[in-house]
Amino acid sequence: MKRAGFYLLLLLVCTYCAGPLIWQFITSLKPDSELTRIPPLLTDSPTVIHYISIFKGHPFLRIILNSAIVAASTTLFSLMIGSLCAFGLAKLKIRYKSLILGFILSVSMFPPIATVSPLFIIIRALGLRDTWWALIITYTTFSLPLSVWILTNFFKEIPDEIYLSSRIDGCTSFQSFYRIILPLSAPAFLTTAILVFIFSWNEFLFALTFTSTTASRTIPVAVALFPGLHEIPWGDIAAASIIVTIPLVILVFVFQRRITEGLTSGAVKG
Amino acid sequence: MKREGGNRFVVPALALLSVITLYPILYVIYLSTHRKLLIFHISRFIGFENYQFLLRDDRFWNALKNTLYFTGVSVSLELLLGLCFAILLNRTFRGKGLARAVILIPWAIPTVVSARMWEWMYNTDFGILNYVLGVKINWLGSPFWALNAAILMDVWKTTPFVAILLIAGLQIIPGEVYRAARVDGAGNWQIFRKIMLPLLKPAILIVLLFRTLDAFRVFDAIYVLTGGGPANTTETLSVYAYKVLFQTLQFGYGSTLSVVVFLCVGVMSIVYVNLLSRDKKA
Repeated sequence: MKRAGFYLLLLLVCTYCAGPLIWQFITSLKPDSELTRIPPLLTDSPTVIHYISIFKGHPFLRIILNSAIVAASTTLFSLMIGSLCAFGLAKLKIRYKSLILGFILSVSMFPPIATVSPLFIIIRALGLRDTWWALIITYTTFSLPLSVWILTNFFKEIPDEIYLSSRIDGCTSFQSFYRIILPLSAPAFLTTAILVFIFSWNEFLFALTFTSTTASRTIPVAVALFPGLHEIPWGDIAAASIIVTIPLVILVFVFQRRITEGLTSGAVKG
Repeated sequence: MKREGGNRFVVPALALLSVITLYPILYVIYLSTHRKLLIFHISRFIGFENYQFLLRDDRFWNALKNTLYFTGVSVSLELLLGLCFAILLNRTFRGKGLARAVILIPWAIPTVVSARMWEWMYNTDFGILNYVLGVKINWLGSPFWALNAAILMDVWKTTPFVAILLIAGLQIIPGEVYRAARVDGAGNWQIFRKIMLPLLKPAILIVLLFRTLDAFRVFDAIYVLTGGGPANTTETLSVYAYKVLFQTLQFGYGSTLSVVVFLCVGVMSIVYVNLLSRDKKA
């Protein structure tokens, strides 16, 4: 009896969490005539017309490409720059170490709205407006606190002896970083990559400000500004939502454990 | 063996952070003391005039009030609901991984997409919410409901994050502690009040730190869901600052508003970090 109650509660929680997405999926399959029908329940004649229309009447493919390139590049750069920094902080001699780490972490508290206006002026002056680079550079920077934090914590747990013995064997510190430390840290890299990718894929404020055409516009901006001539095209929006959410749902289901670890790695250890 | 210096390893990260975050913060403070209109190439030093104007600006006080209300209510609800989720999920059962993945879904969905999902559910005539509740509330169009509707969405979106962090906090409490309490005759409520909550306090403080700062900076959810309307009843500080910056292109005053957000967030993080370190020492 107690068991049944537990599973009932669990079902309730899962419905609450997944319900809106499922509802959006149902909406995406409804023909326009059924969207304004009461009661708004299941559909009698599911259709993929909205999925076709977002790719035909709208440069959606290009927008997905923009998002994919920006998120993938950001992930790559953030891991490269972040892991070097983390390695330095975890294993090498650096003056003002805790001050440096403190500065990096404090950046994660900077409100994006406080930096968006000067960054806009800088990016415009550099001629980077409406390019992938504007977003890649910004996202890489704002994801550094996360990368550095997760990777530093991980590198610290690799015993110093492993690092030092490779140095005695004649590796330079950089060689021992990429020959010894890097292969040992694959799980931490994966965790960081997933979180940074999701952050870049979802970011809105900078994307809204720095992009102006489909040349660089990313998914969140496109979904927010979805064009409607007279009425809001709910079916198309629903279809678009489902398509851009699928990669994220897959990530969550495949890497649930990694994501959980990443989110809590800083929080619990303090 | 002497350790090699590692300065060159941290230089790229520090350089990027300085140029893309630190320099802009200094620049935005500089801009906030100017009257700067981007399109007319006007830029003139005016000292603290923008700040004096801010104190008399009713729309600023309204945005501050909305931001505080949004932050206070949504963070409290998220903490409460997240705690329930965490207690429910902090045990071993079949399909635990699956359940945790499902719970992460709202966290992973872009805020913009969830705002549009909820916008459709909130639809007065055809939305599922009014149908299920059997009412006809104009959720996003009424000054009373709109901000609360935004909060409801934010709670859905961020409770998973809270729950995940609290589960991690619960897991470091050893099972013997509960068993010992049971042996001593403690009931469920007493175990929750006297054991779980105190031991969970560090995790709760961390959650509050992250969530308060995030909620105070809220932009995406409001901007997409209501755009700050109706009649500015959902306009938060970030949304107001954004409109001043990029719709009316007043870079000076907009920067002043940005600086205020930055200062508020700064003060709040200092308070939390102090609470946390005091908690650690105790």
